[in-house]
Parts: sequence; C-alpha cells; structure tokens
Amino acid sequence: MSNRYPLTIGVAAGKGGTGKTLIATSLALAIAESDGTPVRLLDCDVEEPNSWLLLSPDEHERRTVDVALPRVDMDLCTLCGRCAEVCEVSAIARIRDKIVIFPDLCFACGSCVFACPVNALSEVPKTVGEVRTGLTPEGVEVREGRLAVGQMRAGPVTREVRTAVEPPLVTVIDSPPGTACPMQQAVEGTDFCILVTEPTPFGRSDLRAAVETCQALGVPCGVVVNRLDPGEPVPDDLSPEGVPVLLEIPHDRGIAEAYSRGEALYRAFPAWREPLTHLYHEVRRLAGTRSE
Amino acid sequence: MAATQSVRRVVILSGKGGTGKTTVTSCFADLTQPAVLVDADVDAANLHLMLTPEIISQREFWGAKVAVRDPAKCNGSGECERRCRFDAITEERVYDSRCEGCGLCVLTCPSGALTLETVLSGHVVEARTPYGPLASGRLVPAGESSGKLVTEVRNVADAVAEAEGLSLQLIDGPPGIGCTAIAALAGVDLALLVTEPSASGLHDLKRVRQLLGHFQIPASLIVNRCDINPETTESLRRWGDEERVPLLAALPFDEAVPRAVRAGVPLTRFAPSSPVSAGLRQAWDAVAAWLWSA
Repeated sequence: MSNRYPLTIGVAAGKGGTGKTLIATSLALAIAESDGTPVRLLDCDVEEPNSWLLLSPDEHERRTVDVALPRVDMDLCTLCGRCAEVCEVSAIARIRDKIVIFPDLCFACGSCVFACPVNALSEVPKTVGEVRTGLTPEGVEVREGRLAVGQMRAGPVTREVRTAVEPPLVTVIDSPPGTACPMQQAVEGTDFCILVTEPTPFGRSDLRAAVETCQALGVPCGVVVNRLDPGEPVPDDLSPEGVPVLLEIPHDRGIAEAYSRGEALYRAFPAWREPLTHLYHEVRRLAGTRSE
Repeated sequence: MAATQSVRRVVILSGKGGTGKTTVTSCFADLTQPAVLVDADVDAANLHLMLTPEIISQREFWGAKVAVRDPAKCNGSGECERRCRFDAITEERVYDSRCEGCGLCVLTCPSGALTLETVLSGHVVEARTPYGPLASGRLVPAGESSGKLVTEVRNVADAVAEAEGLSLQLIDGPPGIGCTAIAALAGVDLALLVTEPSASGLHDLKRVRQLLGHFQIPASLIVNRCDINPETTESLRRWGDEERVPLLAALPFDEAVPRAVRAGVPLTRFAPSSPVSAGLRQAWDAVAAWLWSA
C-alpha cells in the first residue's frame, strides 16, 4: 500500500493528562524517521501548548495572531444604534450620546462595522496569541499556537495554526483536552483521530464523550490505552464497537520520569520506536480503508 | 468584615489536565461537608463519579446560536463564505464547531436564506450527595458554548447555596486557561492549583498563575506525584515562594489513589491513614484557616 497520499491525524482524549502530547510528539518523530517524509506537528492545545517543550525545535518563524476590534469615529456617528442592535454579545452599546465598546466581550466578527449606515466604525488589530514554527533534527516541522493569557477564545489561534501554507504529506494535530469547541476545531476535518485514554473510571467516562464527539464530526477514531498495569488486559469498555485499540502502553515509572523531564518517548526509549511506527501504519491503513 | 454570612468560593485549577483536580476536590468535599460542590469541567465531567450522587433534577441548557441555511432560498452568492471571519460557512454547509453565532452572514445574505437558531448546548444537573449538594453540567456531543454552560452551572450553585444556607462552594475546574477556565474562576476567593512535577506541568501552571493575576485571585499550590521528579518539585516550591503561591502539600505517588477512584470514594474516606490523605487534610486545614480569617 502506498504511503504517498496526504494524511491528517488528530490526537485527542477527552480527559486531560492521559498522554496526548506524549503520543502526538513521538508519533510525529516516528513518521519522520520511518517514512523520511515531511511531517508537520500542529499544537492546537493553544491554551496550554506543550509539544514544543518536548521536541525543542529550532525556531524559524514567529507571528502574532490578531483579530480586528471595532473603533468608532464620533464625528461620523449619528447615534442610530444599529451597531448595538446587530451585536449578538452586547459588546457595543449606545449609552446616552456615546457609543461604548467592550473589548473583552467582542468576538471581532465585524457585524457592527458592516451594519453601520454611515461608516463610522473602523477596525483596529488586537493581538490574541501567537504562532511559532520550528524544525527538529529528525525533520518534524512544529507549529505551535499560543493563546495570550487572559483571552477567552481559542478559535482565532487554532484557526491560524491549522491554516498551513502548503500541506505536507503527513500532519499530526495535538488537540486540547475536553470535547468542547477547542477540541472540535482541532479534530474536525482530520482523516483519523487517535484517542489516548487510561483504564480508570475518569478515562473511561471521558473517552465515551470523545468517541461520541468524533462520531458527530464524522471522524473515525481508534484508542491508545496508556498506563495499563503490567499484565492487565485492555478493559472491553475502552474499545467500544468500531473503535479499535491501536497501542497499549504500560504504567511505567521510567516513561513518567522521562516525560517529567520533558523528553519525548521516541527519543528516550529506542524500544518504543517500532511500536510507534506500527501505530502510524495502523492509522494509515484504517484511514485508507475509509476513503476507499 | 463579618465573615460568617458571606459565601466563600474555592476553585481547583491546574492548567495541565490529569494532575488530580477531581481527586483533590472530592477529598475536600469529604473533609468540609457540607459545601455546595460544583463540577465546572462540563466537557469532561467526572466529579460525580466520586460522590455517589442522587440526581434531583436535570434540565436542558440552550446556550449557543448557530447559522442555519434554508437551501430553497440560497442563491449561491457566496457572500456568507466571503464575509465569515471564522471559516464557519461554505456554500455546502455550516460548520457548527466554528460558528460563533455572530449573525454577520445573516445580515449580509442577499437572499435572506440564513437565520440564527439557538441550539441545545448541554444539561445542568442538580444532585444530592453524602458530602453536600452537587451542581454539574454536561455538554452534549459536539456541543457549543461550554463557557456559558459553566456560568449556568455556577448560577445554579449560587441558588442552591442560598436556598440551603451553605457558606462554602468547592468548584472543580477544567484544564486550560480559556473560556471555561475563566468562567470557572469568576468571583472566587481562592484558587487551589494542583500540578505535577513535570516540565509541562510547570509550564502550564505559570500560565494559570498569570491568568489568576489578571483577575487578582490569590492562589495556593498542591504538587501531586511529587516523587516522580523531586528536583522539579523543589523548583515548584521555589516558584511558589517567589510568586506568593504557597505550597500546601507535596503528595507522593500512592497506589491507594487509583483504588479510591475505582471505588468511587474520596481518598480521605477510602484510605484515611494513607500519606496522601494526611497531606490533603493538612492542605485543607490551611485553606480553611485562610478562608475564614479574611
């Protein structure tokens, strides 16, 4: 089977701390070394991005992510109040003889600017985060999104990370935890999503939500089970119908210690290279089956 | 200031996920009952798994708006796709996960084919537990507006606290620093940060600390699984000293913790004499002393 068609793999979990970044970073390294193909790792956990920390790439570009906030020119404004009428989040209001803008509430959607009948509203940029790009010695291009602290909305930064200039052959996306919009924006449109879980009641409960979310988004998924006790079989409910188990990782103090030092599994433990490469081929096979 | 009547709120946060927020919250619930318990991690809610809840009520929360197209009226102008700043709409479909419900497409559609409709975001659940009333939220699969759902759960918790005359709320927060975390920490008296001694744990913690600084919320720290990396635990202690985030407890890895989670019983009740239980009692005493001295 050919490995020469583009593939986008999401790595998500539902529950936090199950090993998303552990898998996403090492999977990217495994792909780069086994295929020798261009791999791009997108860190879409923009609230708390950690992939860069584990891969320490050489940075070659850094850009801010800006949104456009409205600004009113009171010389032109007729106080008609149309802007406040169309704003869905009450971020702009007419208060007596003034137009007041609340930047923290503003979505920067542009509705008020469009609606103003006398063009009294213009827009000014506001930085909400940044995206930096770098390259690891193995040839993994890392693109990390980083939400500015205090900003509520991850969407503009996630969108910027996912807007890659030219698609490489393989893209791995490190998703934020949970199943809300930030996770959905990371996972939607991927060819396959790896869900990393652990055999605990929390892991199980959040996995169920993550599987349902993937199904709602039309993304096929499979499971990596992390922190299994030695000799413990994968519990049946960690692989719901149609969701295969792709890889098992035991509870291992060595792995936890290496991770705590910020070392990627693939680099720190040569014995894990083959299983991670196999994971990639499994995902490729399963994603391929789907497109046929 | 009279301390007796006013409600105290403590949020448990971490930045990084999976560091033990819910385990800590459940133990504090056990140590301080009765308090109003709040699960603000609405898209990965787990606190109920530790508290043997009996559900009293569950109601729908319709929070988000999304654009809906009437294909019969659409004339294919493509204006919506050109205007939308969230890449949420094409001629073929609306991407609900990206749609912010801003209504710009509705305003600009030349043929009036688009409207905004409110959609089901999730459910707000009220329950009784042996440790106090529990308010929690549950996002529907691929649901929107998780921040608003957290706020709704918090409103329910406030109402319950008032109705039952309870003066403490414990809020199990979500990971991250975005809209759900901000909704979880609004108006709290203290944030308890639970982290682990890892490079990423420390990195994420610093961002939460910065966020709390924005809102001028004091914080204190618990380091979980401190023996995984004693050096980093020490760095966390030093960082806490510098940042005025006092370290209340450094808890070792303890096999009793996963067993308590499997049993669905707070560790302080499941294994009261375990070292982690002892550390958590000490941490809670410090929190309580701080809360009621202010």
